[in-house]
Formats: sequence, C-alpha cells, structure tokens
Amino acid sequence: MGIPLRILSDHSRFREIVRGRIKANLRKFLQKGEMIGKRGQELISIPLPTIDIPRFRFGQNGQGVGQGEGEQGAILSPGEIAPGGGEAGSDSAEHALEVDLSLDELAVILGEELCLPRIEPKGSDHLSNQRVKYTGINSTGPESLHHFRRTFRETLKREIAQGTYDPKHPRLIPVREDKRYRSWKVDESPESSAVIVYMMDVSGSMGDEQKEIVRIESFWLDTWLRSQYRGLECRYVIHDAVAREVDRETFFHTRESGGTMISSAYKLARDILAADYPSANWNIYLFHFSDGDNWSADDTRVCLETLQNDLLPIANLFCYGQVESPYGSGQFVKDLRENLGERDNLALSEIADKEAVYQSIKDFLGRGR
Amino acid sequence: MRADGLVALQKEIERHARDYGLDFFETHFEVCDADTLNMIAACGGFPCRYPHWRFGMEFDQFAKGHAHGFSKIYELVINTDPCHAFLLESNSPVAQKLVMAHVLGHSDFFKNNFCFEPTNRKMLDEMGNHATRVRRWIDRFGVERVESFIDTALSLENLVDIHAPHSTRRPAPESEANERDGHTGFPVQREYMRRYINPEDKLADERRRLELKRQAAKSQAFPELPERDVLRFLIEHAPLETWEADLLSILREEALYFAPQARTKIMNEGWASYWHSTLMTERLLNDSEVVDYADHCAATLGTSPGTLNPYKLGLSIFRDIERRWNEGRFGPDYEACESMAERASWNKRLGLGREKIFEVRRHHSDVTFIEEFLTPELCAELQLFAYDFNEKRNFWELSARDFQVVRERLLRQLTNLGQPIIEVVDASPRGLTLLHRHEGVDLRLDHAKLALKALQAIWRGPVQLFTQQEGKQTLLRAAEGDIDARPD
Repeated sequence: MGIPLRILSDHSRFREIVRGRIKANLRKFLQKGEMIGKRGQELISIPLPTIDIPRFRFGQNGQGVGQGEGEQGAILSPGEIAPGGGEAGSDSAEHALEVDLSLDELAVILGEELCLPRIEPKGSDHLSNQRVKYTGINSTGPESLHHFRRTFRETLKREIAQGTYDPKHPRLIPVREDKRYRSWKVDESPESSAVIVYMMDVSGSMGDEQKEIVRIESFWLDTWLRSQYRGLECRYVIHDAVAREVDRETFFHTRESGGTMISSAYKLARDILAADYPSANWNIYLFHFSDGDNWSADDTRVCLETLQNDLLPIANLFCYGQVESPYGSGQFVKDLRENLGERDNLALSEIADKEAVYQSIKDFLGRGR
Repeated sequence: MRADGLVALQKEIERHARDYGLDFFETHFEVCDADTLNMIAACGGFPCRYPHWRFGMEFDQFAKGHAHGFSKIYELVINTDPCHAFLLESNSPVAQKLVMAHVLGHSDFFKNNFCFEPTNRKMLDEMGNHATRVRRWIDRFGVERVESFIDTALSLENLVDIHAPHSTRRPAPESEANERDGHTGFPVQREYMRRYINPEDKLADERRRLELKRQAAKSQAFPELPERDVLRFLIEHAPLETWEADLLSILREEALYFAPQARTKIMNEGWASYWHSTLMTERLLNDSEVVDYADHCAATLGTSPGTLNPYKLGLSIFRDIERRWNEGRFGPDYEACESMAERASWNKRLGLGREKIFEVRRHHSDVTFIEEFLTPELCAELQLFAYDFNEKRNFWELSARDFQVVRERLLRQLTNLGQPIIEVVDASPRGLTLLHRHEGVDLRLDHAKLALKALQAIWRGPVQLFTQQEGKQTLLRAAEGDIDARPD
C-alpha cells in the first residue's frame, strides 16, 4: 500500500516548496536537517529538509539537561545533543558522509524536473546472463560445498561454550549443527543493452571551462540513461586531429592541443560500434561535444557522410553539443543543421555556459529515444 | 495478530486496569499500517486535519525515520471521548499487549488530569469542522491566499495563553444595572424611603465617581491589563476579514487543544509507562513473552546523554513517589531527620503510595510535578546533569550535576511550554506594543524579527516588541516594509 491519499497532497506540496517550485518566500526558512545513521562502519546522513517557521522563541544560549555517566567537564558528542529539550537537532555538521540521494532517485528527480519521457528501448532486453556467485555461509547445503574451516570454528565455539574443550587434548567433533556450507546467489544481469559513446574535442581551443561543462553534462546524461537501462556501457573517444579511445579518467582530464578533425572521431565511433555493438541488440547513444571549429570544409563533408551513412541509421540518438569557446568559430553546428535537417534521432544543442547545461540536457533527452 | 484476538485482549487488559482503579474513557482501538499511522501522527493524531503543507513535512520526517529504522511509532492515542487509539499493524503480539496497556494509562490520564478538564472531548468532530471551514475558504479565495495567511499566522501560533481555557483573566465589566444604579440609586419600594436609602449627597458622589472612571477609561491604556493571549487579542481587535479571523480562531483553538499534552508530557508518558509495566509484569505477561517485553521496555526507557527521555523521567518519579509514600518518607519528621542511617532505613509501612500517585496524576502538570517531586536523591540516581555549549572550545560539555541547577534548568524548559511569555501591553493608533517578560534567556533575534513581521502583516500597522538582548533593553520594530532593532 502506498502513501495514504489524505496526506499525499500535503506531502507533495511540501516537496514542491523544498524544491523551490512554489512559495519561494518559505524556502528561505528551509533547514537542511539530517538523520545520522550507520551503514557498516560509516556514518551516513539521511537528509531531512524542514521548513522552520519563524516564531518568538528562545535563542538556544547553549544549554540543556541530559542524563547518563560522566564527570563535570566531560565532552558530549554532537550526535547526542538535542538542545532546547526535545526539538530535534538539526545542525550537526561535517562528520557524516552525505548520501543525499541515490543515483536512481536523482534520475527520477531529473526526469521530473526536465519532464523527460521514459525511453522506449529496443533490442533484447529479455536476454540475461545468469552467474552464480558464492556470497556467504549457510548452515545447510550440499556436502560438496562443505566449508571445513567454518565448520570447525563453530565446533570450537560450541565446545568451549559447553566446557568440553580441553586445550591439552584438542579434539573437535563436529555435530550436525556445526556444519557450515558455502551459499550462493544467482546474479541475474541483463545482457547490456545500451551503449554510450562519448566523443570530445580536446583540441587547443577547448579550455578547462569547456571541459567542465562537458563533464557536468555527461554526468547527468549518464545518470539518466543508467536509470533507463540496466547494464549500460560507456566508451570514450577524444580527438584533435586524430581520434583515440581512452578511459573515463583520461576523457575528462586530457588537454591536448592541435588541430581538429572531427571526422576522425566519427570514424572511430563507427569502428567501435561495428566491432562490439551490433545495432540489432543495442541501444546506441552518441554524444559529441566540441567547440565547433573543424579543420576544413572537406573534413566536415566527411563527417556528414559518416553520420548519414554509418551512424545515424543505427543510433537511437546522436547528440551534438557545441560548447561556446572564445576561440572556436562555431561553424560545425550550422553545417549539421543545414545538411542533416530535422531528424528524429538527431539533437543539436549549443551550450553557452554552465547554466545552459540544463536546457541542453532537455534538448538531448527530451525526445524519449 | 487477528482482530478478534485483539478485542479479547482489550477486554482482558481493561478488566485488569479497572481492577487497579484506572478510570479511562471508552477506548476505540484501530489497527493501521505504518504509512497510515505516520500520516495520523503527522496530523497530530487527527486524520481529518485541514490541508496544509506542514503536515506533509511532518509526514516526510516520520516516513523517513520509519524507512531508515530510526524511529517507529507503535501507537498513537488522542484525547477524545471516546478515546481513539491507533496501533501499528506490524506490532508483535507482545507489543500490542504492552501498547494497549500503555494507551489505557494515557486514556485515564486524559480523563482525570486537571489540565485536560476544559478540553473539547469531541475534538475529532471539531477538527473535521475546521477542515471543512478551511476548505470552504480555499474554494472561495484560492489555496495560495489561504495557505499564505496560515503560514503567516503560524508564526504567532505559540502566542496563546495556555491557561486561558481554565479561567477568564478579564474582570467582569461593571454591569449596566450597576451603572444605572449609580445615577438613580438602589431600587426603592416605598417612595417615602427614597431619601433614606439614596441620600442625595451619596448619589452625587457616586455619579462623580462613575464619571471620573469613564474619563479615566478613555485616556487609559488599551488593553487595560496586559493581554497574554495575543491570538485572541488579534482575533478581536485586528482589522481582519471574516475568513482571516476564522482561520486565526481555528489555529488558536487547536493550539489550546494541544497545550495540555505539552504541559504534561513527562507525567503523561510516565503514568502510561507506569501502568503498562505494572499491568504487564503483574497480570498480563506469559512466560514466553518476558524477553520480548523487556526488549521493548528497554527501547522505550533507554536514555542517551544529550537528551532527556520523558518516559524514563516520568516513570522514575512516579515510582519514587509511590515508594516514598509507601514507606512514609515525607512530612516534617522525615525532613527533619538528619541521621543518614535512619533515613536510609526509614520505613513506616504506610502503604499510601498508590493513593498518592493517583492524587498526583490528577492535580499536577509537569512544572509542579518536577518542582514538587524531583528530589536530590532521585536526581543523583537518574544521573541527571546540566550541559552547556563551551564556545571557546566549541563543544558541548557536562557543566553541573548539582540538584538545584538541574532542577532550575528543567523548570525553565517546562515553564510556558518552553515558550517565551509575550504580552500585548498597548494598542493604539501608533501601533501595537508587545512586551517580552524576560526571565533570563534572550529571544532568538532573527526569528523574533520575522515573527514580528508576521504580526505586522496581521495587525496591518506598525508593531513593536520590548525585550532584552545580552542584558540590554531592546526594542524591535516592524512597520510597513522595514524592520530594525536597536538598543533602547
């Protein structure tokens, strides 16, 4: 059963206030409260936003009454304090790791925020791999999985507890209850069905700021697509005059210099896809970021050909994001627009600055492909 | 646990509770899932509250607390007749037993404690009516306007006189008849007696007195006496539209309804815990349930250094009272006894404990309960301490275990529900003036300014508040558009 109907409207109204959708005047009273929990060894924080309506109330003046052990002058840890006799402590600080939102939740919010349509996947979603993993220990199981060490440890524990263990004549006799077996779990991972190829222009004209924009944008793209597909693969291509495939780390941190031949990247992407991702089974996403300053008109022609013949026919979506840069001419996006026209699976976006990332994501993903 | 099982259990528990002399309302139990229970808790126990986002906020907290295992509401009970209690579906049978016994304790407390006497026992209906009224205003004026007004008014929600339902502080106005008598004298049956009953000179004196009084009233401050019930004052005197006054009166009524719960938190929880533990251990527990019961009890009564557990404190005090009155550890003889040994073994076998705690639950609220029955011995036994924030070293530290300090702190936290006492002292065309009765703790300045702003929005004129900040007299003002604070 879900949330009871009666509170639903109040709850969604509150959440809209927190997100700043409505009643901006109340949002300034927003308190970023948290619950401190423990996950394993780590303290984690569950955010608990509240809106603190201003009232005539006492300044805390830092005092309270508690109970327990301790001498005068003993230090109380911040987690233990709820000053003011009962109002839940709200401003404990840096000691916890923020787990504000899971990426899934983030994707949901992103989807809501940008009104993104859910993607209709193609291909073999139902194909899945089964993998057996030994994950733990169980007290029942087949003899073939008998775990000797753990069994004898149990025996030892039991005999010590019963007092029958004699260290001088150590002799352990396992009984049925002591037996331990490896236990396993079947991991069902769906055949990866989506691949993203990120391509980025790293020529001299792409500065740090431009890369930052690309990084932010690809993070969000990634988050959204991951929420839509289980098992998403990513490939990263950087190019200046030549293209090469790199890992994620390098992708975001390299700064090359030199000319720009965009076609090189498209060709490489084509080759990667042809080799590893048959289009019948894969949802293919191509993202290309550049400052739009290609080397020559010739090269641009090659780009268009590659796109038209090889990439667009198989891709769910090809997105070209042009980051504004002080050096680039920004011609490339115009060329694409003129020559390829309106297509369902082509998204072009010009990103002026960080603020524009939002709109750009919407341009890219707003089509539900 | 099946419902019919619960009904049988309820009958059994009620029988035992009556045996012990508990006197509770007819109690209706309802079994809810966690979401529903969280919702009811978010709405202050009333599923039929009017729509407002803050209930959604409360719900968010309860739901998250529940989902992440920080807190769990086992039960919820409201002060109505018949008393309604909501139980969590997933409670184990032992927990249901315990919780039902606990609820009967609360129900008895609601019925018998003096604080709850003037409360409306049909509050479910009243809350439902409030919701209908608010919805009707929303239909007429739109949700934005109504909600915004409620938001503003909530800033003043704590400015009520929690004692208002018990008495009227205003002196009865001199009756019309009395004034008329002032002019014409006492009624006279026989005309020839008139000049003896109402001598002319006395009559003249009386007329002069009334005239003076009327003139004095004109030039006198308004309100005549400081008004602690600021909300009521606003309802009666602020230039409000009908719907605004109505909303304000709804807020006030609900604030006053919930005040007794806040005034008796420690006692109420202590009393309920006393009875669930007594009933469980003496009558209800099966052998197989002891461990689960102990586990639950430990969870409810557990303490952590920085917070005060009202269940634990209340229960300890009630048990201490019971023991003291059983053994006769009270009165001048005991007080005067200076031999430690004699005091330690003091036992007159009076057996008055039960009787005494029943009396205490009727006549006390938290403030008087702590003041009267928290003894130095108990304070030490409970390991109570005061703590302060050490600004130099930037951490909280245990500052004192001294009984007087601890008690004073506790009382200060409880007085007026821990809210500052603020009164209307003057209302005139110049504006509304309020006085904060400063008793050692300053107001939180940023909040005070904003709350004053809210007051100004409702009064529709300049407002000012006299208070103290860091030992200096301070005047806060809010007028159209601006706000400032300056030392006076």
